[in-house]
Amino acid sequence: MNETQSDGDFTHIVRMEGVQKFFGAVHALRNINLAIGRNEIVGLIGDNGAGKSTLIKVLTGVMPPSAGRIFVRDRPIDLSRHSVGMAHAMSIETVYQDRSLGEKQPLWRNFFVGRQITDRLGFIRVKEQKRIAEEILLNTIGFRGVGIGVDSTVKQLSGGERQGIAIGRAMHFNSDLIILDEPTVALAVKEVRKVLEFVRRIKESGRACIYIEHNLAHVHEVADRLLVIDRGEIVADIDPREMSVAALTEYLIDLQQHR
Amino acid sequence: MPETSFRSGLFARIEGLPIIVVFALILGLFMYTAPEVFLAPQIYTTLLSTAPPLILLGVGLTFIIGAGEIDLSFPSVIAFSGYVFAVLFKEYQLGWIAVLGSLASGLLVGVVNGLLIARVGIPSFIATLGTQFFWSGMATVLSGGRSYALRGAEDSSVWQLLVGNFGDPNAIAWQDQVSIQALWTALIVVLLWFILNRHRFGEHILFIGDSNDVARVVGINVEREKIRLFTLMGGLAAIAAMMLTLENKNFFGNQGQGYLLTAIAAVLIGGTSIFGGRATIVGTVFGCFIIWILEAGLVASGLTGAWVRTVQGLIFLIAIVFYLLVEEPGRRVELMRRLGLRREAGRSFAAGRTAGPPRRAGPRQS
Ligand SMILES: Nc1ncnc2c1ncn2[C@@H]1O[C@H](COP(=O)(O)OP(=O)(O)OP(=O)(O)O)[C@@H](O)[C@H]1O
Ligand SMILES: [Mg+2]
Repeated sequence: MNETQSDGDFTHIVRMEGVQKFFGAVHALRNINLAIGRNEIVGLIGDNGAGKSTLIKVLTGVMPPSAGRIFVRDRPIDLSRHSVGMAHAMSIETVYQDRSLGEKQPLWRNFFVGRQITDRLGFIRVKEQKRIAEEILLNTIGFRGVGIGVDSTVKQLSGGERQGIAIGRAMHFNSDLIILDEPTVALAVKEVRKVLEFVRRIKESGRACIYIEHNLAHVHEVADRLLVIDRGEIVADIDPREMSVAALTEYLIDLQQHR
Repeated sequence: MPETSFRSGLFARIEGLPIIVVFALILGLFMYTAPEVFLAPQIYTTLLSTAPPLILLGVGLTFIIGAGEIDLSFPSVIAFSGYVFAVLFKEYQLGWIAVLGSLASGLLVGVVNGLLIARVGIPSFIATLGTQFFWSGMATVLSGGRSYALRGAEDSSVWQLLVGNFGDPNAIAWQDQVSIQALWTALIVVLLWFILNRHRFGEHILFIGDSNDVARVVGINVEREKIRLFTLMGGLAAIAAMMLTLENKNFFGNQGQGYLLTAIAAVLIGGTSIFGGRATIVGTVFGCFIIWILEAGLVASGLTGAWVRTVQGLIFLIAIVFYLLVEEPGRRVELMRRLGLRREAGRSFAAGRTAGPPRRAGPRQS
C-alpha cells in the first residue's frame, strides 16, 4: 500500500499549512507553514519550550492540531483520523523525546509493539520477532554485549541504552521520513557519531529526516536546511552552507535578546 | 540483591511458580489438619464444579488489572445477566436463546463500561462503581426481589452441556461427578492465556498498563482496546453468571456479592501487578484455588465461617506486601517515603509540613 504511494510522484514528503496548537491559554504553535522535500534533511532548532516537540507530535498524530492542514506526499490527511498508527502506515517513523518504551516489557516486544508480525488471527510470531530483535540489538547503538538480551526489560537499561533501543527501532523500520527529537542527549560521544552517520545514510538512501538537536555543530554538520522556531513560530529558514556554526550561535543569542 | 536472584532463577522461568508453591503448602497443611476431607476425591470434584465462576472472573480481571484499570461492576453482571438468563430460561422457556441473551447482556454492560472509561474519560474505579449500582439495582427492580428456582433444569440440553457431569448423572462414584463446566473453563483459560501472552491484543493491554502515554506513542489505539477489554470482562462475567445460576439451579438477586473481593484478591495473590503492565493467568488460576481451598479447608479444620474471610484477607495482604517487596522495589521506596518510614524521608516529610501551609489549625512558623 505505502509502496505504491511512495513510488508516486510527489515533491514534499510532508507539508504543514497554517497549523496552530493551543494548550489551554498556551499558544504552542503559531501559524506553522513548512514543507519537507522527499530527500531532505531538515534541522529544527530553537529554545527549550519553543514548540519543536509539539510540532512533531502534531505531525505524527500523537495529538491533533487546533487548526491548519497537514499533507503527506502532497495529499491532505484527515486530521480527525490521524494517529501514530496512520503515520507508521504512511512510512513515517519517529524517535520521540519523551518516554516511548514500555518499562516492564521485554525488548523484543518493544521493537514491534503497534505493528507486530502476526498470523492472520493476530497471534504474534514470537520466534521471528525475537530473531529480528536480536539482530537489531547487535547492530544498534549502545550495546556491547553487556548481558542485555531480547528478553531483558526496559527497566534494566540505562538512559543511553533506552535511547539506543528507540533509535534502533527507527532504523529497522526503514521509513521514508524519519523524525529524531533530540536523539543524542543521553549518548556518549562515540554513539553520537553513529547517530550522525545514520542521518547521513538516510540522505544517501534517498529518504528524508527531521532532526531536532540543541547541539548546533551536530545539526549544522548533517542538515540541508535549518529551521529556527521561536515561541511557536518559524522565524528563519537557513542554508547551513551560507552560515557558519559561530554565526548561527550568534544569531540565536541575538534572537533571545530581542524577545 | 534478592530481586535479581528471583528474576534470573527458576521463579522467573516458570510462570506463577511462587504462588504454585504457596498453594501446595496450604494444601499440604490441610491434608495434615483435615485428612478425611483433603485426602478424599470428593473435595476436588466439588472444586471443579464450584470454582469455575471465580476463575472466569479472575482471568477477566487479570486483563483489567494488567491494563492498570479496575472493574467493580462484575458482581452486578452476575446478578443482571443471571437474571436475564433465569427469566428467559424459566419464564419464556427459551433454552439456548436464554444463553445468548444473557451473554449479550453481559457484553452490553461491558461496552457501556468501556465507553464511559475510554470515550468519556471517567476513571474506571468511579465508572464501574456507578455501573455496579445501576445494574444490580436494575436486576433487583426487574426481578422484584424474587429468586427463580430452576427446578427440572437438569433435563435441558443447556444444563447438560454447560454444567452437567461427564459420568452417569445418577451414579454416586466420584468419577461420575466431574463437571463439564471445569472443561469449558479450562478451554477459556487456555485461550485467554494465548491471547494475553501471544496475541496483539494482550500485548497492547500490557503496554497500556505500563503507560497510557507510551502505548499511544507506539501506535496503540488505547481507547478502542479499553472498550474491548471491558467488553471481554462483561462477557466472562455473564458466562460465570450462567454457570453459577445453573449449578445452583437457582437465581437470587445478590448472588454476585461474594465475588467482589475474592476475585480481585485471587488476581493480586496470583502476582498480577497492582500497578499494571504485568499480568499472569497461571498465577490467577492458582490464586483462585487458594481462595477456594482456604474456605473449604478452614471450615473442614473446624474453624467457624467468620474466620474464613479474616484469613483470606490476611493472605491477600501478605501476598501484596510480598510482591511489592520482590517485584516493585522502586514503588516500595516510594511507598515507605510517603508513609514517612525512612529516616531521611521522615525528615523531609516533617520539613514539608512546617514549610507548607499548615493542614491543621496551629501556630504558623515564620
Ligand atoms: N501536553 C501539554 N500540555 C500543556 N502544555 C504543553 C504540553 N506539551 C507542551 N506544552 C507546552 O508547549 C510549549 C512547547 O513545548 P515543546 O515540548 O514543544 O517544546 P520544545 O521546543 O520541544 O522544548 P525542548 O527543547 O525543551 O524539548 C511549552 O510551553 C510547553 O510547556
Ligand atoms: Mg522537545
